[in-house]
Amino acid sequence: MAEQKNGVQPTKAAEARVPTVIADELHIVYRVYGTGAGKGGATAALNRIIRRKPSAGVREVHAVKGVSFTAYRGESIGLIGSNGSGKSTLLKAVAGLLPAERGKVYTHGQPSLLGVNAALMNDLTGEKNVILGGLAMGMSRDQVRERYDGIVDFSGINEKGDFISLPMRTYSSGMAARLRFSIAAAKDHDVLMIDEALATGDRSFQKRSEARIRELRKEAGTVFLVSHNNKSIRDTCDRVLWLERGELLMDGPTDEVIKAYEKETGK
Amino acid sequence: MSTVSETTHDSAVAMSAPPSSDEGLTPAERAQKYGLSQSGARPSLPQYIRELWDRRHFISAFASAKLTAQYSQAKLGQVWQVATPLLNALVYYLIFGLLIGTRNGVPDFVPFLVTGVFIFTFTQSSVMAGTRSISGNLGLVRALHFPRACLPVSFCLMQLQQLVFSMGVLMVILLGFGQLPTWSWLLVLPALALQFMFNTGLAMVMARLGAKTPDLAQLMPFIMRTWMYASGVMFSIDAILKGKHVPSFVEFLLDANPAALYIDLMRFALIDSFTLDKLPHGMWAWAWAGGWALVMGVVGFVYFWKAEERYGRG
Repeated sequence: MAEQKNGVQPTKAAEARVPTVIADELHIVYRVYGTGAGKGGATAALNRIIRRKPSAGVREVHAVKGVSFTAYRGESIGLIGSNGSGKSTLLKAVAGLLPAERGKVYTHGQPSLLGVNAALMNDLTGEKNVILGGLAMGMSRDQVRERYDGIVDFSGINEKGDFISLPMRTYSSGMAARLRFSIAAAKDHDVLMIDEALATGDRSFQKRSEARIRELRKEAGTVFLVSHNNKSIRDTCDRVLWLERGELLMDGPTDEVIKAYEKETGK
Repeated sequence: MSTVSETTHDSAVAMSAPPSSDEGLTPAERAQKYGLSQSGARPSLPQYIRELWDRRHFISAFASAKLTAQYSQAKLGQVWQVATPLLNALVYYLIFGLLIGTRNGVPDFVPFLVTGVFIFTFTQSSVMAGTRSISGNLGLVRALHFPRACLPVSFCLMQLQQLVFSMGVLMVILLGFGQLPTWSWLLVLPALALQFMFNTGLAMVMARLGAKTPDLAQLMPFIMRTWMYASGVMFSIDAILKGKHVPSFVEFLLDANPAALYIDLMRFALIDSFTLDKLPHGMWAWAWAGGWALVMGVVGFVYFWKAEERYGRG
């Protein structure tokens, strides 16, 4: 990690920069049960319980290894890296949804994470999901009612007929992702993290979402964006973190990091 | 074991240099300076209660949405809301009333049985739903941030709403068997309130245990069935123990059993022939029921809160 480039140099305007997320030597270890490594039989399980040994079926995956960075108000930060490099895990930890093994994350307010497979309530209608999602994010009933039409319009779910009153399990993955993004984007977040949620939408929806992301940044928020689409990172982000195997390889201005990344991946 | 990397800890290089004015501050000090809080840390107990209160609309909306979604795939839809408890009572009546004949010695057996079944089912399904409330909703827990206690509380509230339908059925059965409404029917409300509090506390304990050990969901039906038979749902414990020698600690346990207390209080409220002397501890049964509700509610809530930051891990 010594080759790390330090893109964000202290500037003259440093005093005006207010940090919203500080990650300090963050380590995250996943424990996965039932991977079937070794014997999964009943006697083996009983033996483990009696001997009080940790289950052989538990595997530890060290997904994020000592990542530190500071994000500032009004920044839009892209996360890039190959599949399984720890991008989503890092965002989950920043959102407080995964506990850190070591190190700490400090955030301003409650960050919201918008993941591609963040299941809402699949057995409920889109309408109920909008209402419940809003309430769960801490909006009041009035706020939800006020913004309901805006959320549905933004998602474009009803463009092809009355789909909002159907259970969410009947939605295509693109529709579901659009609705989830619309729900989460309806609230003004201090820190919003988007995990490939835009990749599933169609072109017009992507345009709308990018506009909304810029709006959120103007409202003094910080936006994190995970994407494998370098173009959408270029369009929306001014700073990029490059993760590989759970380590922060590079942190700097978008052009610089993406150029290095594309060189590395041979694109 | 996967040893993904040994090269981790020594990578403690300061990454992005802090703004000049913050030079020399550790990340923790900088966080404090700008009022950042640690992400995913457990809030203090008063703060947690406040957050939970702020989500009260979410709790109630989630409960009623789940309740209506429950039968949305069935053709008869919401009719099952009423038909399920009714069929339940019918099955127990066939087996315990007609086949085995435990009705001997119990006046108004059908109201006695149906009350027992409905009230125990309330506790039973609250506990079962509580056990799965975190482990069965990991998607939601990992996607959105809210006090996790919303889930067990919401599932218990859903069971309470379900019970309202059952109580409607019960009232009709009572009237059908010649029980006319009396003032004592009003005692249903405090009895239900106490039982709801007890259920919620127990569900929160089970939610934490079930989040850590998902196997519990397999084990619970057997524990709950044992508890049901020990609670005198379909027979009178007094009538069965009459003339038999029972160790005094067993007798104490049977009388202290919270499920039996809530069932008997409800019978006392609704059925004329279930008189005060049939209540364990007589009028003190109310104090016992209140004590259980208070202890279980507080213990369950604090126990659940203690692991707040760990739900949804892994």
